[in-house]
Amino acid sequence: MSTPPPVDSHDEPVDENLPARDDLFANPGLHEHQWRPTDVDPKAEKRAERQVAALFSLSAICTVLLLVSYFTIDSDDTVGNLGAQNVAFGLCLAGALLGIGIGIIQWARKLMADVEIVEYRHPASSSDEDRAATIQALNDGLEESGIGRRPLVRNSLLGAVGLLGLPAIVFLRDLGPTNAQVTENPPFPGSGLEHTLWEKGMRVVRDVVGTPIKPAEVEVGDLFNAEPEALFNGGEDGEPLEGVALQVGKSKGAVVLIRMEPDEIIPGKGRENWSVEGIVCYSKICTHVGCPISLNERKTHHLLCPCHQSTFDLADSGRVIFGPAARPLPQLALAVDDEGYLVAQSDFNEPVGPSFWERG
Amino acid sequence: MDTSKVANSNTTTAATPAKPSRAAAAATWADERLGIASMAKKNLRKVFPDHWSFMLGEIALWSFVVLLLTGVFLTLWFTPSMGEVQYNGTYEQLRGVHMSEAFASTLRISFDVRGGLLMRQMHHWAAMLFVASMMVHLLRVFFTGAYRKPRELNWVIGSLLLLLGTLEGFTGYSLPDDLLSGTGIRAADGFIKASPVVGTYMSFFLFGGEFPGESIIPRLYTIHVLLIPGLLLALIAAHMLLLVYHKHTQWPGPGRTEKNVVGFPMLPVYAAKAGGFFFIVFGVTALLGGLLSINPVWKYGPYDPSKVTAGSQPDWYMGWPDGALRIMPGLETHIWGYTISWNVMLPILVLPLLMFTILMLLPFIDAWITGDKREHHLLERPRNAPTRTALMVALMTMYGLFWIAGGNDIIAIKLHSSINQITYFLRMAVFVGPVIAFLITRRWCIALQRKDNETLLHGYETGIIMRSPEGGYTERHLPLPESRAYTLTARERDPSINGGPEGTDANGIPAPDAGRLAGFRHRVRTLWYADNVQKPTVAELEEGHHHAEHEHELQEGVEGHAADGHQFDGHHLVEDETLGRH
Repeated sequence: MSTPPPVDSHDEPVDENLPARDDLFANPGLHEHQWRPTDVDPKAEKRAERQVAALFSLSAICTVLLLVSYFTIDSDDTVGNLGAQNVAFGLCLAGALLGIGIGIIQWARKLMADVEIVEYRHPASSSDEDRAATIQALNDGLEESGIGRRPLVRNSLLGAVGLLGLPAIVFLRDLGPTNAQVTENPPFPGSGLEHTLWEKGMRVVRDVVGTPIKPAEVEVGDLFNAEPEALFNGGEDGEPLEGVALQVGKSKGAVVLIRMEPDEIIPGKGRENWSVEGIVCYSKICTHVGCPISLNERKTHHLLCPCHQSTFDLADSGRVIFGPAARPLPQLALAVDDEGYLVAQSDFNEPVGPSFWERG
Repeated sequence: MDTSKVANSNTTTAATPAKPSRAAAAATWADERLGIASMAKKNLRKVFPDHWSFMLGEIALWSFVVLLLTGVFLTLWFTPSMGEVQYNGTYEQLRGVHMSEAFASTLRISFDVRGGLLMRQMHHWAAMLFVASMMVHLLRVFFTGAYRKPRELNWVIGSLLLLLGTLEGFTGYSLPDDLLSGTGIRAADGFIKASPVVGTYMSFFLFGGEFPGESIIPRLYTIHVLLIPGLLLALIAAHMLLLVYHKHTQWPGPGRTEKNVVGFPMLPVYAAKAGGFFFIVFGVTALLGGLLSINPVWKYGPYDPSKVTAGSQPDWYMGWPDGALRIMPGLETHIWGYTISWNVMLPILVLPLLMFTILMLLPFIDAWITGDKREHHLLERPRNAPTRTALMVALMTMYGLFWIAGGNDIIAIKLHSSINQITYFLRMAVFVGPVIAFLITRRWCIALQRKDNETLLHGYETGIIMRSPEGGYTERHLPLPESRAYTLTARERDPSINGGPEGTDANGIPAPDAGRLAGFRHRVRTLWYADNVQKPTVAELEEGHHHAEHEHELQEGVEGHAADGHQFDGHHLVEDETLGRH
């Protein structure tokens, strides 16, 4: 310890309840500096120097290897089950970087001076004079501007600047259409949160392949991931839907079909004729936050959402039996068309997917 | 007379001054243009104290630099577009599949750009490291009281960095438009829709229409590569400037006081150590990226709103709100034709904001309760602020339990237990667990404080058992070395709160302006310090030393002999000595 630091007034306790700092023991001062082997032994010093240089050389070697591997290793080569390129690049780059890093730190630890230095602190605040001068300048400036004396100027400026915030928000309006707009002028079929691609007579088809389903093809306990046929023929000239129309269509139209023994079904009020030979159909989109649901427990007809584990009873109108979802899965009323394929009786009678404010 | 030092200009050539070093020449050149010498004078040899825990924030800083470097590389090939394309690249399993350009370009980076996969994996690993090191750094700062005046604002900046880092992570994670991250965006859409009144509008504006639309990836891209990194850079710069201005905190110890900072100079030691450490963080990230596969999006496939993978989980730092979402009961209110989704809103919109606000306010809450307006530059050991330590451990416990809830499906599968039971348990545990953790931590800290005092007053346990002539056994205690005793006692006493609440006079009559708030604060402050153990007073210390001296006197007879206790610490051998000489 050298000279004591100047006393500063900022360190006084403001609250009188707070005790002053007291030292029970005299400050013994800094530990005496311990010389390192590299400080006193020229051999150790040379050795450390060589170590550092060796680490830097290792880095250089790794860099060369990195460049060589860039041009020599084929993208198909593997090491174990890892891509050889990636492993080689990773190891060489790591070696190149770690060589430099460890080398520099070894240099700092062994060869650079390790004498502790004392620096005095100053209070974070400026000196009282500086602060007073600043406050004076601030007051002078404010006084000269007259912002305090001329409320008309001040308030009209505040109003004008505040108003400028509005265009900053309003001009974001065209980020997208609203729900009401897409419902009224659908950019593609089934637009709007209250609607999906389903409609009366729309065939329920297997996902991916798009083939229609006959009730006889569904075995008891089987779960089919299905979609509205319009995804596969709803485009122009009966082409499959593409791009946004396809994605939006899927995000609301995906359903699951499951067949159970007809007497297992507890039909909801008004849903007595929504099933066909024990086949029921529900939206696949979780009513919690919208994950597609896919984990079916065959024996119990329980459907579990893999995202947050909401569980729905498919035998009982999609009732929530566990988890954070608040609403049952929307059910799609099924029928059979003239050719014997499963079709929808209508669109869902409620919005699918996560709840929203206007949903009611 | 030695004339060798005298300039020999009397001959043919003019005298030349000693050639300045090249560094000096460069410094002169720069100073003549920038005038930086007066600022650099103070900072080139600026002192930083040494402690391993001061390195945690540095990991965050350097992983951010790694993120910038690898991120720029990735932008050269990534196409932030949701336009549908048919994949025809190298990865056979997905050839012919329709996907967004974003996903296709991610596959291209992973399979066709040499080093692309390494950069992608390094970028992801560095992101993990960035958030993790920020969190651990935050804990270090809190547990040691380094957030106290004058560093409260730097705490706030640090908290903002954590928040922004988390958002940056989420937006980056979403960019490849793979099935897993798409499911995350799907859920985020559900969160937004759960906002009262404006939820649907916000969702439609964000997605450019109905979910998923074709705007979200390009918009997230702008946020991920421009908006948030810009903010992060600015805040990191402010964080570092304040660090330099305040000078780093240090642990108390011999020669280390509130008024000074003891350590090694920036140039050369810390420039080298910190610079070298950057290469180490970079190198470790390269090692991780080279050897450990992370986010193999080609296995998940492109996003498809009708598909999902089992065990869908976000990156770990988003795990805790996801856990809250999982264990929240399914509450929804339907009123006047409107829906309020408490089951989504509370855990995912309200809770994180609330937790974050509490986090940011912690220094101010602490200062309000303790009434401490002094500057603090010496760190406190966690045990010496039992309530503060217990508070953070309680918050950590809550975080941990929510985080566990975020993996309740994985736990149920691995432990073959019922997910329902785990969920019911966690619903209760997130409330009870923190309370238990608080109580245990607090008592634990106080016990450690007692142990410190015990050591100060009676010396440290040598592990040497003494037998008295009467046959009683005692353990020999030796006084602490001076520097250790100084370090242990270099802490403040808690304020006395025996008096009435602030604003009451000695008779307990409230001053006119003392409100209920002052009374509340007094009660909280009483609880804050309750049962804390203070360091010994001078009288206690003298009493302790007196007692020890007495003991030493009794033991004087054995000093230097076999049973003086030093036979175990190598002071002398015992072979030649015979016990029972008396």
